[in-house]
Amino acid sequence: MTEQVKGAIKAFILKEFLPGEDPSNLTDDLPLITTGILDSIATLKLVLHLEETFGITLEAHEADKAHLDTLNKITSLVSSKMK
Amino acid sequence: MTTSRPLHQAFIDAAARYPERVAVVEPGSATIAYRELDRLSDKLRDRLVELGVVPGDRVGFYLRKSIDGIAAMYGILKAGAAYVPVDPGAPPGRNAYIMQNCAVRVALVEAQFEERFRAELTALGATPNLIVLPGVGGGDGLQTALDAEAPASAARSVESRSEDLAYILYTSGSTGRPKGVMLSHENAVSFVDWCSEVFAPTHEDRFSSHAPFHFDLSILDVHVSLKHGAALVLVTEDAGKDPQRLAQLIANEKISIWYSAPSILSLLAQFGGLPGYDFARLRTVLFAGEVFPVKHLRTLTELWPHPRYFNLYGPTETNVCTYYEVELPVPAERTAPYPIGAVCSHLLGRVVDEDGKLVPFGTEGELCITGRGVMQGYWSLPEQTARGFFVDSNETRWYRTGDIVVEESPGSYIYRGRRDRMVKRRGYRVELGEIEAGLYQHAAVKEAAVVAFPDEEAGVRIVAFLSAQDGQRLSLIEMKRFCSERLPLYMIPDKFSWHDALPKTSTDKIDYQRLKEMG
Repeated sequence: MTEQVKGAIKAFILKEFLPGEDPSNLTDDLPLITTGILDSIATLKLVLHLEETFGITLEAHEADKAHLDTLNKITSLVSSKMK
Repeated sequence: MTTSRPLHQAFIDAAARYPERVAVVEPGSATIAYRELDRLSDKLRDRLVELGVVPGDRVGFYLRKSIDGIAAMYGILKAGAAYVPVDPGAPPGRNAYIMQNCAVRVALVEAQFEERFRAELTALGATPNLIVLPGVGGGDGLQTALDAEAPASAARSVESRSEDLAYILYTSGSTGRPKGVMLSHENAVSFVDWCSEVFAPTHEDRFSSHAPFHFDLSILDVHVSLKHGAALVLVTEDAGKDPQRLAQLIANEKISIWYSAPSILSLLAQFGGLPGYDFARLRTVLFAGEVFPVKHLRTLTELWPHPRYFNLYGPTETNVCTYYEVELPVPAERTAPYPIGAVCSHLLGRVVDEDGKLVPFGTEGELCITGRGVMQGYWSLPEQTARGFFVDSNETRWYRTGDIVVEESPGSYIYRGRRDRMVKRRGYRVELGEIEAGLYQHAAVKEAAVVAFPDEEAGVRIVAFLSAQDGQRLSLIEMKRFCSERLPLYMIPDKFSWHDALPKTSTDKIDYQRLKEMG
């Protein structure tokens, strides 16, 4: 389940924010916000996508780098909301 | 004319007048009253004096937005030194360069940044005394750091002279290194007094502190609010970028005077969910740092119809030097950005051609500014300082803003663009040359040219055109990672465009015109 969620999130990030990138470069622990791959508008788009795709609601304070900086962090946040 | 007093005097006076009032708020976690903030900054002053800080020195701080940071600012000023704030989110090497460049005698640093910062300082041969804070929040980190040593004997707050430096703010430099803008007590106080005149703040106000301390917008937030006995509500970096959290914060904290770059106000208008909150206390919205796209300003003013809106303009070298009050409603058909307006009363402005001669009314030219708010110069860069000014026949020194403007009606200006390669992004100035210098540090990069393109959403989109040794194509992730180690986040290009070779002019220079067309 978690792997499926991670795969779907990874595919979205690659398509939207890293077009043409080799998927193997997007590792689970790659910082996304602190490297500028996700800027503030991109982070908002990601949040909206996660809410729509997984039918969850993120709290305002969760849309930050503590929760969304890496694929692993995003996946754990989403998985915890789906339980 | 009250500029003979030092910048910190107004805060000391407010603390005597409103000792019990809340001076600074960390939303949801802590507040500090004027009396306590005054005492904590006195305590830091005493420690700094004990460490050998004397009037005229520089003291750096590498701290996240916090009550501790505000106390640090005033402690440094009271010791007669100039404060030098750095961006805690920027690479430690850049911050160490800044502190080494202006030879800070002491630096306050959070423990989480200490190890890399110390290593970078050592590599540069800099040896400032470090005051290490275990963390920040509520002033507790600073208090703990000061309590760790035997109490310093009480010193007296220094009566700085008007020409002494109050702070140095580093901005992007075209040569690849940030440059330090030196602002004196008179520069700062004349600006703060102008704000008092125009915005008429009172002790009932609650100011936002959205801009980080290394950004010149913070001067208004911090020193205007604490001059008047108002409350300063600190917005942390994470909350500051998130429109939903911000909307909640502005409403819950009953902010009455908001000040930020337009980019975050655009996000608030679009994604903040503003109709869900009560903003009855919000009376003034100030924005500066870049052009506010009219369609987003219109949306914002429709959602927030009550406050007064001011477009403030000015480089770090002068702080705000012109202002314009937006008349509401914003007409549906309007697309042209609002003027930057009239020159502030503590300054004088004129529009000149390349030779420094006045241009006729209605003609484009460079806006030049003189007066009490204009910086002394760039730290240790006499040539750049000389280039930044021209002296007229009356021996008046005018600062050349580099901004091209037109006088649209007597005394009111419209911004047209830059005469050089500087752009504004999220309110920060970015010298494209500094990004290029950063890119050239990559071993594989053969040529680098950076171009900014206008973008409706982001204001500007920064594209790096690159060619690599052996025709390589490095991945976007690798380049973003590489840049994030060397440049502040707002300077990292949005796009990296790889080519076998970059186009050249007939004199074999990189052809920027062609690159602009390649978009």
